[in-house]
Amino acid sequence: MNTAMISKNLGVLLLVEAASMLPSLLVAIIYKQNDISAFIITIIVLTIIGFIMYRIPARNKNFYTRDGFAIVSLGWILVSLFGALPFFISGAIPSYIDALFETVSGFTTTGSTILRDVESLPKGLLFWRSFTNWIGGMGVLVMMLAVLPAAGANTLHIMKAESPGPNPGKLVPKIGQSAKILYLMYIGLSLVQIVLLLIGGMPLFDTLIHTFSTAGTGGFSNMNNSVGAYNNLYFEIVIGVFMFLFGINFALYYQTLKGDIKSMIRDEEFRFYSFTAISAIVLITWNLWGSLFGTVWESLRHSFFQVSSIMTTTGFSSTNFDVWPVLSKTILIVLMFIGASAGSTGGGIKCLRFLLLFKTIKREVRRIIHPRAVYTVKYGGKTVSGDVLLGVMNYFFISIILFAISLILVSLDGFDMVSNFTAVAATINNIGPGLGMVGPTGNFADYSGLSKIVFSATMLFGRLEIYPMLILFAPTFWKRVNI
Amino acid sequence: MKIIIIGDGKVGHSLAEHLSQENHDVTIIDKNPEALRKASEALDVMCIQGNGVSTKVMLEAGVKNADLLIAATSSDEMNMVCALTGRKLGAGHTIARIRDPEYADELSVLKTELGLDLVINPEQAAAREIARLLRFPSAADIEHFAKGRIEFVEIAATHDMPIIGIPLKNLAGKYFSNILIGVVKRGNEVIIPNGDFKIATDDRLNIIGRPNDVFAFCKQMGKCTQKIKKVMVVGGGMIAHYLAMNLKLNDIKVKIIEMNRERSIELAEILPDTLVINGDGTDKTLLDSENLSEMDAFIALTGRDEENLISAMMAKQSGVKKVIVKTTRIDNPVLFHDLGVDSVVSPKLITTNYILKYVRGLSNAMGNPAETVYKIVDGEAEVLEFVANKTIKFLNTPLKDLKLLKGIIIGAIARKNDIIIPHGDDMIKQGDNVIVISIDKRITDFNEVIAPVGGF
Repeated sequence: MNTAMISKNLGVLLLVEAASMLPSLLVAIIYKQNDISAFIITIIVLTIIGFIMYRIPARNKNFYTRDGFAIVSLGWILVSLFGALPFFISGAIPSYIDALFETVSGFTTTGSTILRDVESLPKGLLFWRSFTNWIGGMGVLVMMLAVLPAAGANTLHIMKAESPGPNPGKLVPKIGQSAKILYLMYIGLSLVQIVLLLIGGMPLFDTLIHTFSTAGTGGFSNMNNSVGAYNNLYFEIVIGVFMFLFGINFALYYQTLKGDIKSMIRDEEFRFYSFTAISAIVLITWNLWGSLFGTVWESLRHSFFQVSSIMTTTGFSSTNFDVWPVLSKTILIVLMFIGASAGSTGGGIKCLRFLLLFKTIKREVRRIIHPRAVYTVKYGGKTVSGDVLLGVMNYFFISIILFAISLILVSLDGFDMVSNFTAVAATINNIGPGLGMVGPTGNFADYSGLSKIVFSATMLFGRLEIYPMLILFAPTFWKRVNI
Repeated sequence: MKIIIIGDGKVGHSLAEHLSQENHDVTIIDKNPEALRKASEALDVMCIQGNGVSTKVMLEAGVKNADLLIAATSSDEMNMVCALTGRKLGAGHTIARIRDPEYADELSVLKTELGLDLVINPEQAAAREIARLLRFPSAADIEHFAKGRIEFVEIAATHDMPIIGIPLKNLAGKYFSNILIGVVKRGNEVIIPNGDFKIATDDRLNIIGRPNDVFAFCKQMGKCTQKIKKVMVVGGGMIAHYLAMNLKLNDIKVKIIEMNRERSIELAEILPDTLVINGDGTDKTLLDSENLSEMDAFIALTGRDEENLISAMMAKQSGVKKVIVKTTRIDNPVLFHDLGVDSVVSPKLITTNYILKYVRGLSNAMGNPAETVYKIVDGEAEVLEFVANKTIKFLNTPLKDLKLLKGIIIGAIARKNDIIIPHGDDMIKQGDNVIVISIDKRITDFNEVIAPVGGF
């Protein structure tokens, strides 16, 4: 490992984090609450440490895949550790582990919370909480790449390790340019949502909070009852639609903007994503109609919002879906694992992986019927290489293992099965609320410190798609000379 | 600029590397996923897998908005089709690699008919380079600037030179009146010598000056041996073919040793004035019986770097003064220099440099682009030629008042018929051809050689 170069990059990352705290500081100053000094202290600490790390001289400028991975995993951990400071210093969240949980939940766009009363939090901290959602959605390091003037070829490893999906690519030949385009589209879509919510009459502060959380598919609200608190159909439609939009692969937006309008409809993953969402909405509407809500429109309203929220792994709620019938809840749990599209801001295992797994199964079935036949798995008209398919299957396996380990560790606290199961599912897939104790009206506050650390780790594993975090546990990774 | 490179071979990869470093948007098309994987991991470029001739693939690569398309696959015909299709689909400029000697004579027709802007023949270019080296045997590398008025020569310092071990400032009047030692390469280190610098044996000196003065300097150093009359070439490939044709014009006798019987016959047919010998170029007895020790120069041109190196070492052992080796894969000429090889010729690097030169000319339509760019001392430094026009911010300022960036030297100024080896009081005037040596920096505009005011 090239420690000096890694430290240089991490230093820049911390400086970027310090800069990204400035808007929150501004909000804190405007509302004159007790969180101003917490932000100022954190920003100063970040700047000093970031600057020192940046100034470490690097004799050897070589930079390989493992260094890129190290930057991503260590970077996310560092950013979370420092991002928790404002909560802790201001005293809003007295326990540092709780503050860390909240920050990791923010950056990984999970949206799980340990706060029993969100509304009592100072405005600056509320803003920072949602802002971490926004930055974490497109990626902290992608932002660094977009901001830095000279992003070289080596930084591709960073982008690859941070971007979701089995085979992330660049939009344009230059990586720095790609990162800029991604963020511009991200900002553009966010602006549209802000305008639409403002037109509907949502207060500016609430608009910003909800837009940041929607864009990053995070799900932090400033209301205890999430979006449901407004009980406003217009807000639910706008947020519901935008959650769905942010769950689409951003490369498709780029192609559409470039003039290839049909590219989105032609895209297999988009079709799979839409088809799954629509089927789930129809099923849940049918299930809710008559049992919980009197009219079909009322059922449709909540089923649409909840499906969009859970599938894109946002985690907003318009109503307490913990009291829904079992079929509806089960469908929601299944959606948790499917997740959003690759290359979007959403989490989960991703539609693309499911699509490829289905295609592989189809091939296996055909092989039994025609043992000597040669079939290739195709996606978008192109043959998918065996390596990619194997990677998808491995990913699936390792997700299950990770899920099992986390579930066992969390079970030590002795809470009920549904709560534990959905809590792990909600954190590993970066959704936010689960069912039972951690349902839309509940929170993670009652879990023990150990469980909260486990949850924080699972969220990071889920957001970075396991491997960047997993290599931290490989002993050879830490050696200077890797053999 | 948006550049599409078709063919991710040796030349394609090297081009992509340099062009992406010069901040162009590069897209590579190739059929081989393995080669593309390597490129996408090492370079900041976009890779597309597919057949470069296919319109669909080309459109996917964005040929419509591409400023330049470079066809560098292994097949001439494919390159022609790629360039033609690319041009029809909207590529601004097209470059194709065409190497078969049969097409070489028809290049002008091909160029106009296919709408090609540049045709590069690596073998022919390599042969030309070798011929140039043979004309000045003591130099390991020669480049020309300002239409041949300035010469840039690399020579190796030997222990019998009178300048070894004496600080340069003490030698100034005696030897260095009209030339400048721009860069010295010692081992792996690139040094810009100052007055206190002492030349040591085995240093590689890069000298800049008027061709006559450089020649006179070499003569003083005892480095100018007799003219080369007899050359032995091992490996009868396309370079040998072009080289033999080229050297015939200079009345140099060429003996080609080729392993393959059919190819030998073919060569003998095309090159009636050249002696073609069918045999193994690494066979010492054969080389001796063909009077290896009597040869003025020995050139190893087989397709295998190892064989070239072995025959070159045998030649050196037999006392041949000038030994040139062609490399195909090995990128590190230092290895060869350490083993006693005088000059190393890499068709890949020559091709890359040639195309880079063209691209730089294209991309800098505004500002003050480099006219010529050569990579020297194994690619670690560049020599650039600029023509000073009105956009230069430091015209008529004495050089001693200029804050040049670290690693930049003004090597020579060609003004009308004068060649000036600049000193502190000299200044750059409009219309001058200025030769700049740059180490470790990439300069694309003449104004960049000055440290920016108030910047980092």
